[in-house]
Amino acid sequence: MSAATHSASRPNEGLYDCRDAFSKTLEALAEANDRVVAVVNDSVGSSKLGGFKKRWPERLVNVGIAEQNMVGVGAGLANGGRIPFVSCASCFLTGRALEQVKADVAYSNTNVKLCGQSPGIGYGELGPTHHSIEDLAWLRPLANLLVIVPSDPWETEQAMCFAAAYEGPVFIRVSRYPVPALQHKLDRIEPGKAEVMRGGDDVAILANGVMLHKALQAADVLAEQGVSARVVNMAWMNPLDIEAIIDAAGTGAVVTVEEASVRGGLGGAVAETLALHRPVPMEMLGFPGFAPTGTVDFLFDYFGLSAAGISSAALKAISRKG
Amino acid sequence: MSLSTAPAPVSGADRIAMVRARALAIRRSAFTMVHDAGLGHPGGDFSAADILATLYFGVMRYDTKEPRHPDRDRFIMSKGHCTGAFYSVLAQAGFFPEADLKTYMKPLSKLNGHPNRNYLPGIETNTGPLGHGLPVAVGIAIAGKLSAKDYRTFVLTGDGELQEGSNWEAAMAASHHKLNRLTVIVDRNRLQQGADPASRDKPLCVIANTIKGKGVSFMEDNVSWHHGVPNAEQFAQAMKELI
Repeated sequence: MSAATHSASRPNEGLYDCRDAFSKTLEALAEANDRVVAVVNDSVGSSKLGGFKKRWPERLVNVGIAEQNMVGVGAGLANGGRIPFVSCASCFLTGRALEQVKADVAYSNTNVKLCGQSPGIGYGELGPTHHSIEDLAWLRPLANLLVIVPSDPWETEQAMCFAAAYEGPVFIRVSRYPVPALQHKLDRIEPGKAEVMRGGDDVAILANGVMLHKALQAADVLAEQGVSARVVNMAWMNPLDIEAIIDAAGTGAVVTVEEASVRGGLGGAVAETLALHRPVPMEMLGFPGFAPTGTVDFLFDYFGLSAAGISSAALKAISRKG
Repeated sequence: MSLSTAPAPVSGADRIAMVRARALAIRRSAFTMVHDAGLGHPGGDFSAADILATLYFGVMRYDTKEPRHPDRDRFIMSKGHCTGAFYSVLAQAGFFPEADLKTYMKPLSKLNGHPNRNYLPGIETNTGPLGHGLPVAVGIAIAGKLSAKDYRTFVLTGDGELQEGSNWEAAMAASHHKLNRLTVIVDRNRLQQGADPASRDKPLCVIANTIKGKGVSFMEDNVSWHHGVPNAEQFAQAMKELI
């Protein structure tokens, strides 16, 4: 995959590929703690681990193109006292090795850090075999497994540092789609804590990952129309910030935005919470099924995952208030 | 904390007799558990009994007081459905009281139908779905190599289990990484103990030619005892033979 997927229609200036923060942070963690190792399925390039390999060739465990074995090896390395960061395209890590993620990592409750690279539709034109829009729905029900969907380089770095210090299984979604560095309100991430990025009372937009900056852009669009939109960063899929979701329902209308299937991911989690605690009109943005052929930007626009699409979904949710 | 096999290793004929006695005790215990629970996999328990007895009472180093000692030898029960034998050998080795075996598969028991490392000491990883043990063992062996530790890692797989592709992914990696402290034992009829691992630069696979249902005349080589449960008469007959 080349950056051409994004650059054709979108300038990359001031934008960041979170994989760079991932690899830089992993090297810093490896330098500070020799228990840190990387495990890959030949994905040294796509995980941007060339630098790591050069510095610590013996601590980069390449199992070959064998994802089930890769995840099992991660669990074994944790058993042997290591802190393994298992890094692989999210579609293969979570799809092909799902039973290993369930049994060897989540159910066994092992100290494995799963890093799903280029998730969502990050692979654009390569199509649904390489898209990973199902990963959040697959992983969210797995007990013990913390699931983090960082929105930018800072949050990616924070998630990596948290994962290294935390004793237990963690999944981090590492995006390749270029995103701006956001103005965060928190000094550091905390497990299960949502972050209100922007206050607002007419509607709440709950987003994570690369959709967060688009949600903020949508809030600008809405402000121009006199609509006050709250934007909440739902980076933590597990544990979920139930209180923040109930608070968001206080605006009377909720929109979820994710680079994932509309079934079972962030939208599903928020819908479950609202149904149980505080039902309000809700709109869910994401992918309704396998995506057609197109660049990442084309597909985002096509499915309303843009400032225009999100703001229009927000107005629709508001119009449904009782 | 020192690591040793339990009880203290003895040599020659005494050792073989002791391992045989342990294997018999494992069979009696496992069959009682399956009988009482009304559920289990006694055929595979019986074919694994000699292998487990050999490993836990003749080969492996471990410390039941510090079950996660970093230098312990690791055993992974990849054929995770054979918990009758596995729990029995763990209890006999002293990881938990033998009295706990009476709770096998009872509501809220720590002795689930498949082993859980967070419920009981002595279990390295949760198995049950087949083809999971070897990849984890490969990771453990790589970790040992990275840390220059001399612990050994043993995996017991069923022969049918080898149809799972994950085993072959792991086998290629084991060979590629020259994991000479890793031993795979395939439960397939008759036990052959391997050469000294120090003389090898590659992983070892022992094909154990075992007999399913070994030790009870009406169970031997009878596939219906894969997960058969004995009635009172069959149980009494089996216990007469397992002496």
